[in-house]
Amino acid sequence: MTVRHALLALLSEGPKYGLRLGQEFEARTGEIWPLNTGQVYTTLQRLERDGLVESDDDADTGPKKDFRITAAGDEELRRWLRTPGDNGAPPRDELVIKVLVATQVPDVHVAELIQVHRRHLVETMRAYSRLKEDAGEHDVGLLLVVDAELFRLDAVSRWLDTAEARLRRRPDPDAVATVPARPKLRGRVGARR
Amino acid sequence: MSGVLELHQVAKSYGEGPNTVHALHGIDLTAQAGELVAIMGPSGSGKSTLLTIAGTLEVADEGAVLVEGQDVATMSANDRARLRRRSVGYVFQDFNLLAGLTAAENVSMPLELDGLRPKAARAAAHAALDELGVADRAGHYPDQLSGGERQRVAIARAVVGDRHLLLTDEPTGALDSVNGEGVMRRLRAACRRGVACVMVTHDAQLASWADRVVFLRDGRIIDHTSAAPGPESLLVPSAES
Ligand SMILES: Nc1ncnc2c1ncn2[C@@H]1O[C@H](COP(=O)(O)OP(=O)(O)OP(=O)(O)O)[C@@H](O)[C@H]1O
Ligand SMILES: [Mg+2]
Repeated sequence: MTVRHALLALLSEGPKYGLRLGQEFEARTGEIWPLNTGQVYTTLQRLERDGLVESDDDADTGPKKDFRITAAGDEELRRWLRTPGDNGAPPRDELVIKVLVATQVPDVHVAELIQVHRRHLVETMRAYSRLKEDAGEHDVGLLLVVDAELFRLDAVSRWLDTAEARLRRRPDPDAVATVPARPKLRGRVGARR
Repeated sequence: MSGVLELHQVAKSYGEGPNTVHALHGIDLTAQAGELVAIMGPSGSGKSTLLTIAGTLEVADEGAVLVEGQDVATMSANDRARLRRRSVGYVFQDFNLLAGLTAAENVSMPLELDGLRPKAARAAAHAALDELGVADRAGHYPDQLSGGERQRVAIARAVVGDRHLLLTDEPTGALDSVNGEGVMRRLRAACRRGVACVMVTHDAQLASWADRVVFLRDGRIIDHTSAAPGPESLLVPSAES
C-alpha cells in the first residue's frame, strides 16, 4: 500500500487539506490502516517537491492549507493504477521456512506444528470475519480490505493443508538420498526481502 | 448447561474384517443454542459421517447422541423421523433435492408434512428462497438449476421453519465467495435467533465465521480454537509510505 498514491487518489476528487486527507484515508480503508498526521504531511511535502501536488504558497502552513493534484500527479496516479503488483519473486514467508526447518529437526512432529499454525490462522481469520459481519454489507471499503486479508490468510492455510498432505505421502526419509538431483532454483526462489 | 446437540464418545466403523474403515473414534462434541460450530478436516477425515450421526440419519456403533436432551437411541424410528422433520435442518453435501418437486416445493414440503397450511408453507418457502437470492427460480425443477442455485435451495429448505439445530455439510461448496458470504450471514442470523448450528467444511474462510472450530483428523478431534476473540484482537498493521 503506498500512501503517496492513496493521497493522490483522494486529491483527484478535488482540493483538500492535510488533516482531512488523513481522516478520509482511514475511513475508506475501514480504519484498518491508521495513518498519523505527520506521515500525511511528510508525504505531501515529497509529492509537492516532485511536482505531483501543489498548494497556495501565500496561505498559512497550518492544518487548513489546501493541496491540489497537478496534471503530472494525475498522470502518475493513472500510471500507477495500471502497474502490476509485485508478483514476481515469491516472498520469503516465515511460515514456509518454519515448516521446512521443522522437517529437518529431530523429534519435531511436523503435522502437529502445522496444526498449531493452522489454529492461529483460523483464529485471526475469525476476528476478521467478525469485523465483516459487524460491518454489514454497505461498508464496501472495509469489506474489500478485510476480504484481501482473509484471502491472504486463506492461501497460507491452504498451503499448510497441502504441506501436510505432501508430508504424509513422503517416502521413507532414508530414501531421500536416492532422489535424483533437481534443477537448482535456489538463486531464484525466495530471493526477495 | 446442556447443548442442543451432544455427542459423547461416539464411534463409527464401516465394513468388516480387513476392510473395516474406522470413520470416527471417541468423538465428544456439544453445540449450544445460538452457537455456530465448524468442523474442519481433510477429505475422508469423517466430517460427513459425524454429521449424519448427529442428524440421526445413521446410528453410532458406540457412544450417545442427544438432540435437545433426548437420547436418540431410545427413540422409535417414527419419533426420530419427526425430530428430523421438525427440529433439525440438514444441508447435504450433494444437496439431496427431490427431483420431482420444484425448488419452492422442495422447501415447503417438510413444513406441510409437519402440519402447516399449504398457503403458509408456500409463503415461508418463498421468503427463504428470496433471502438466498433464488426466488426467481422457485418454479424450476432441480435439474433446471445450476449447482450453486441447487445449493441455495437446499439451504433454504434447511433454515425455513422453526428448527433448533442446523447441520450443514460444505454449505457453500458450489458458491462463489460473495454468495457464500450471503449464506454465512444467513446462518449467523439463525444462530442469533437461538438455533444451534454445526457446519462441516474444509475451507478456513468459512470456518472463520464460526464461534468455535473443531479440527478432525482420521476420525478423531485433534484440536479446537480457543474462545472467540473479537475484532479488537487484530493487531493493526501500520501503513507504509
Ligand atoms: N457408507 C460407507 N461405507 C464404507 N465406508 C464409508 C462409508 N461412508 C464413509 N465411509 C468412509 O469413512 C471415512 C470418512 O468418510 P466421510 O464421508 O465422513 O469423510 P469426509 O470428511 O466427509 O470427506 P469429504 O471432505 O471428502 O466429504 C472415509 O474413509 C470413507 O471412505
Ligand atoms: Mg463429506
